[in-house]
Amino acid sequence: MSALAEIVVSALIVTGGVFALIGSWGLVRLPSLMTRLHGPTKATTLGVGSCLVASMVYFPSAGLGWSAHELLITLFLFITAPVSANMIAKAHLHRQRCRLDADAADGIGEDLPETGSDAGWATFGDR
Amino acid sequence: MRRLFPHPGLSVLLVGVWLLMLNAVTAGGVVLGLVLGTVIPIFSGPFWPDRPRLRFGWGIVAYLGLVIGDIVVANFHVARIILLRRTRDLRPCWLVIPLDLRSAEAITTLAATISLTPGTVSADVSTDGRFLLVHALDAGDPAAEVARIKARYETRLARIFR
Repeated sequence: MSALAEIVVSALIVTGGVFALIGSWGLVRLPSLMTRLHGPTKATTLGVGSCLVASMVYFPSAGLGWSAHELLITLFLFITAPVSANMIAKAHLHRQRCRLDADAADGIGEDLPETGSDAGWATFGDR
Repeated sequence: MRRLFPHPGLSVLLVGVWLLMLNAVTAGGVVLGLVLGTVIPIFSGPFWPDRPRLRFGWGIVAYLGLVIGDIVVANFHVARIILLRRTRDLRPCWLVIPLDLRSAEAITTLAATISLTPGTVSADVSTDGRFLLVHALDAGDPAAEVARIKARYETRLARIFR
């Protein structure tokens, strides 16, 4: 493996690790559920992304053959990550509406914005 | 031809994903991929009553490039917020984005893009599909943020989904 490939791979792995760490730190220190939701979406996109790119650089340059599975991991991750974030957000909106989280730092139970038309938000049906 | 391949884009995608999964281009893999790419769109056709027509071409490639670039830039931005900004200086807020897109698939793509670009998570859509509820981690000017999302992503998606 050439020195250049080694430098690129290690830089990518360190970058990915740092962003995963920052994402987890955000999960710990951000004040409310909706703001904490931003932490994990970071770790999946750039953190996992650069680890996958590092893997795509490492295996061909080490003579272990080219692999396409990283592209698939990226594809599936980019399809599933927004859906799970959306589900958590919807569950949170329901808990707010039912006053299950008494002291949410968002205070969104009170001032969830209006839609701008007669229709309500889809999470709460047609009310 | 139309009856055999009701959804050519999906067929091509299935063959591509199948070959990536096998990690090799072999005759048997291509044949089985073509069988899957033919059979799955035919049987899943009833679930797509009015599927959108996509404009394949540079528009999609340019959009993907733009989103990936934005993800990288916005990651550094959010990392700085998490590490350096004090909690009481955070300005989290709800954004209500009026939608010009009408097809469900286009709105889903826009919502996924918003969730993937760090700093914003799409939370809900209105029952008539005309407004998108988005949570922003730190937005000094909500109206400018809404205008940015509309100009940057929605106009491009409107060109891809005709």
